[in-house]
Amino acid sequence: MITANRLGDGVVVFQDPTGVWTEDFHHAAVLSDEAAKAAALARAKQSEKDNEVIDPYWIELETRGGHYLPKALREAIRASGPTVRRDLGKQAEGLAPGVVQRASLEASHVSL
Amino acid sequence: MYRYDEFDAAFVASRVDQFRDQVARRISGELTEEQFRPHRLMNGLYLQLHAYMLRVAVPYGTLNSQQLRKLAEIARTYDRGYGHFTTRQNLQYNWPALKDTPDILAELAGVEMHAIQTSGNCIRNVTADHFAGVAADEIADPRPYAEILRQWSSNHPEFSFLPRKFKIAVNGGPHDRAAIQAHDIGLQIVKDASGAIGFIVYVGGGLGRTPFVAKKVRDFLPERDMLAYCDAILRVYNLEGRRDNKYKARIKILLHEKGLEGLRDAVETEFAANDKTGLALPEAEIARIRGYFAPPDLPTRALESPRVQRRLGKDAKFNAFVQSNVTPHRVPGYAIITVSLKPIGGVPGDASADQMDAVADLAEDYSHDELRVSHEQNLILPYVALDDLPAVYDRLASVELATPNAGLISDIIACPGLDYCALATARSIPIAQQLSERFGDGARAKGIGPLKIKISGCINACGHHHVGHIGILGLERAGEETYQITLGGSGDETASIGQITGPGFSSEKVIDAIETVVETYMSQRSGPQEAFLQTFRRVGMAPFKEALYERSAGSDI
Repeated sequence: MITANRLGDGVVVFQDPTGVWTEDFHHAAVLSDEAAKAAALARAKQSEKDNEVIDPYWIELETRGGHYLPKALREAIRASGPTVRRDLGKQAEGLAPGVVQRASLEASHVSL
Repeated sequence: MYRYDEFDAAFVASRVDQFRDQVARRISGELTEEQFRPHRLMNGLYLQLHAYMLRVAVPYGTLNSQQLRKLAEIARTYDRGYGHFTTRQNLQYNWPALKDTPDILAELAGVEMHAIQTSGNCIRNVTADHFAGVAADEIADPRPYAEILRQWSSNHPEFSFLPRKFKIAVNGGPHDRAAIQAHDIGLQIVKDASGAIGFIVYVGGGLGRTPFVAKKVRDFLPERDMLAYCDAILRVYNLEGRRDNKYKARIKILLHEKGLEGLRDAVETEFAANDKTGLALPEAEIARIRGYFAPPDLPTRALESPRVQRRLGKDAKFNAFVQSNVTPHRVPGYAIITVSLKPIGGVPGDASADQMDAVADLAEDYSHDELRVSHEQNLILPYVALDDLPAVYDRLASVELATPNAGLISDIIACPGLDYCALATARSIPIAQQLSERFGDGARAKGIGPLKIKISGCINACGHHHVGHIGILGLERAGEETYQITLGGSGDETASIGQITGPGFSSEKVIDAIETVVETYMSQRSGPQEAFLQTFRRVGMAPFKEALYERSAGSDI
């Protein structure tokens, strides 16, 4: 999956299958092979040059419970919002990954 | 407090205009991110995990009610209804849009505030003791000197592109509340035998990946030489500081490589050569700036307040609040109130817009319109009459700001960590939340006594973990958060860097590990009067290490 921050407001965005940026993790393109990844990154770099986003990069996913999730905790938090403020970020807008985070993050804000 | 003159106002307004133009050019594509980044950083604007982050300077931590209300209004209008007070007495907004930031800066300029030099390789916001001007033990108010340094360092053409960031702190009393020995330059106000004011000068303190306690380069620097001497230090650093490696670019590394004598000789040579540059401070100018910080006219009041005594006798919570959050004032009949931004289970340093408004109202009604931000992420009401304590307490309680834990184990410093920060390797706020819930603000916390826990979510150490009595450093190992514990650090006049206990702990085990450390302290201390740091310095690491790694379940890393 390709992610970046949108230039105008810094919001985390993901590249969808048509190469357009989306705020919704669920609408993002899952890149299943190296060729797809390279093509998507090239589109993202062009978008960066076109001043739509900042610093696009590829993130690794894993599957859990039938859902795709960012593998790294950092990316899980970017895709969802602060774990200490469930009322903020994508998680508050229904845009976070299906099973939001790994098991250690699923409980209340004070649980690790 | 200081008020802008025409020059200040014009300068800040012109910076807003410049930044508005830079933002417009960035959004239009005229500037690339690489070209724009230095401009946004010099105006305190970062890009973090979820959004941009704007860091607003609170010079030497002093605010008036109007300014705090403006910060609240900006939080409501442009952000998500809250702000985060930082370990450098600043305020951070976590969600501003780039396109709104020129308007935010214009709003700030309207109340004599800005975000200039809160980032970048320049001289950052100068910090000071948060009890400046009111501490009972104060030698002199550090803020006039911090303000002089602010004016000198703002937009300084020679020092705007240093090898790395540069932090200066000034402390006015014998007890160091500004952590000056953890700064690039630390100035400790002292008086010589004749009663003249001067400074002990420390250089080369810093935390981050290579922590050092500062070294003393001058026992007594006369007041008039403050700028000339700081200028000499900056010149030596600017010329000789390493620009080849950002991890070795701070002055602490230069000091380490040149040695104390080598650096001191270079500074003294530069200072002597520099003597004619017009930086000697005229007495009249010091007096003029000092005038801005003249204490309010405080009517004489009784040493004790019957109203407070009556309330103390019947209200245990008020009693606990007075014991931990009220500090003696230099003027009899008055008190300094610490407003804890560390609610049990809450986010250290966060305040909602409504809470900011409430504290602003209290400052206006009871504290001569003035308040402070502490580097420990709390707010201070510096001029409260003893008779007003019950009323102030009740109003703080009504907005959940009366947590009676200032200086206790749950008064934890924590950086934003991986919940917000692009540099973080682990979360720090959830650790602080769990610890504050574990130890609370009641009898247990009080029984443990003064104990400073400081948590950083990465090696850059924004949470000052190296100088925590108990420090916690969050790292990432094999995809998991892991927490390294240090003991025996201190940011006061007896500054020291904490020692690592040993292997780190997982997020599941670190809270129990801290409890083990605390229980070990309780069993080792000579009595309730011996604070954690004293016990650690007396008994050393061994009993803690044994408890952590041999007797308990221990580390799993």
